Amino acid sequence: MNFLDKFRDPELCRRLLDLIHKESKGVRFMEVCGTHTVSIFQSGIHTLLPDNVVHLTGPGCPVCVTHDREVAAYLELAARPGVTIATFGDLMKVPGPKGRNLKTAQADGADVRVVYSPFDSLELARKLPDRQVVFLGIGFETTAPAVAATLKAAREQKLANFKVLPFHKLVPPALRGLLSDPEMRIEGFILPGHVSAVIGLDPYKFLGDDCGLPAAITGFEPLDLLQALLFLVRQKNTGGHEVVNQYRRVVADAGNPKAMQVMYEVFEPADALWRGIGTIPGSGLAIREEYAEHDAFRALDLTLPEVPPLPGCRCGEVLKGKMRPDQCPLFKKACTPATPVGPCMVSTEGSCAAYFKYQLDA
Amino acid sequence: MNDAKVLLDYGSGGRASHRLIGELLLSHFRSPELARLNDAAVLDLRGPVAVSTDSFTVDPIFFPGGDIGSLAVHGTVNDVAMLGARPLYLTCALILEEGLPMADLERIVASLGQAADAAGVAVVTGDTKVMPRGQADKIFINTTGIGQIMVETPPSGDRARPGDAILVSGSMGDHGLTILSQREGLAFDAPVESDSACLSHLILKLLEALPDIHVLRDPTRGGLATTLNEIAGQSRAGCLIEESSLPVKQAVKAGCSFLGLDPLYLANEGKFICILPEAQADAALSILRADPLGKDAARIGTVTAENPGKVVMRTPLGGHRMLSMLEGEQLPRIC
Repeated sequence: MNFLDKFRDPELCRRLLDLIHKESKGVRFMEVCGTHTVSIFQSGIHTLLPDNVVHLTGPGCPVCVTHDREVAAYLELAARPGVTIATFGDLMKVPGPKGRNLKTAQADGADVRVVYSPFDSLELARKLPDRQVVFLGIGFETTAPAVAATLKAAREQKLANFKVLPFHKLVPPALRGLLSDPEMRIEGFILPGHVSAVIGLDPYKFLGDDCGLPAAITGFEPLDLLQALLFLVRQKNTGGHEVVNQYRRVVADAGNPKAMQVMYEVFEPADALWRGIGTIPGSGLAIREEYAEHDAFRALDLTLPEVPPLPGCRCGEVLKGKMRPDQCPLFKKACTPATPVGPCMVSTEGSCAAYFKYQLDA
Repeated sequence: MNDAKVLLDYGSGGRASHRLIGELLLSHFRSPELARLNDAAVLDLRGPVAVSTDSFTVDPIFFPGGDIGSLAVHGTVNDVAMLGARPLYLTCALILEEGLPMADLERIVASLGQAADAAGVAVVTGDTKVMPRGQADKIFINTTGIGQIMVETPPSGDRARPGDAILVSGSMGDHGLTILSQREGLAFDAPVESDSACLSHLILKLLEALPDIHVLRDPTRGGLATTLNEIAGQSRAGCLIEESSLPVKQAVKAGCSFLGLDPLYLANEGKFICILPEAQADAALSILRADPLGKDAARIGTVTAENPGKVVMRTPLGGHRMLSMLEGEQLPRIC
């Protein structure tokens, strides 16, 4: 028995499932983390829940929420001579206007490198002094502090040819944005583990205080998820609206103040575009003035191009949990992992890709 | 050979080529047929034969547990063996990049020769080309294997029948994770090594005792999940896999968890899937487990009439999910 297997213990999981079956009077919950999405499908939990526990998949994958205008912007940059794009792998296939993506840009001659950490892209800038190395800053609060640290290092080391295109998104403002939609009928949240390890519990308190909703930060193993679900079921039954941290082995209630400090030293909150949702106030991060020479927007004179909406794409409704992936008319027809129309199908952590990959009768 | 690097001259067909063949290749590929240096090899074959070809472009060319030379033998020999054939002959074409250190080439050729000897195959014909620097990546190897079919009805991907047992000969994902962990830019050390191995002896032992094996397949690129989907499609049957019985090494699990990969989609180079009538499953497992290459063999599932063309996995919690085919490359995730 090892640490990984303990949180997958089938016997303990079954006991929790029994309790959920016994006690649930119905609850609609949303998870907002792609890793939770995948874990729920991979473990088969979604096939074992009672019918009255309704699982909605929210905008939890940073790739999925990257707006078409943001994709168009980095594709435009990739096509410029002298520019090298450094990116995390999952962005390679995200479709932009006319189905173009970084892979097609690469085939057209763009220099695109997949990196595993933003610091690798700094190394790339050192190796390629004659090129502008642009790191695509995509991700939630989990990724942003590492990118901020990279920007600090770039400034200290005077690597002027290193740039970041800041498309980071923040989770709590997005939850607020989602809940402002009167059509959303969410009765509880499963909150992301990794993001919370950085921001802690406080930024979610408004869910309980202002919106009257229960929520639980939890981990990614079946036991974590089932424990959080049982909590939501019980809160719903008693009309509770507690926001709790059930992932104490990783997440401190105060988060990681050092990471937050680095993040806000380099970035400042800004409005951001979310695919399918639109602009959410204060849900993004812009690069501060002191770091302007490393900001791809300012230093390379880039603006977000206007783009026509993707025809027929219902990713927005899927991301808001208003539509199940398999209810989208494009699902499995025009939109498959090989030919993704919208970003929910692109990333392995996207809700449509998870449905396509794991759902038996989808 | 004094030159430290491969030069374009070595692919010229002239003296330099002859030196390379005479001094290096013939000393490691000791087949009389090759030594005749004719334009083609003469083979002595009767009855049905199995032929398979594969090109090897692995990066890095040396990795824990093997190298591109031994891999070029194992990959092709195993494909031939999966048809119930005894591999006998191998062809070998080398495409070299100008500037490849001669020491690397010699190490690879020696490893290829040793692997061929161990597999009992003779390298009977070959070719060497040199590409200008930058137009090939160090070394590419193509091998074609030829083998004599040893059973009346060869195993085939379309012969899985409802009720058949599905076995694997060992742990999944070792080779794929090893290669990924060695790639430049991926700074992590995984205590794993490639499972690259010749399977033909074990396959023949198995077929001798149990000639009615329905399907043999080695889950190389695309891994177990993709190969099972191919079999389900070809046989128009379903596969029901028990997740808890899948052999995956702890180090592979941990590495995959770190990178956001699924070991069931990672390549294997020394494992095979065996599908056979339920009544023979225990006998097959004992034969496999008695051999070092099959010591971790396990029964992982059953062929079903339900869900034709699909692979369904029963999770340890008792839930069900699809195990679908890999779409393109697996890319490390972002968070």
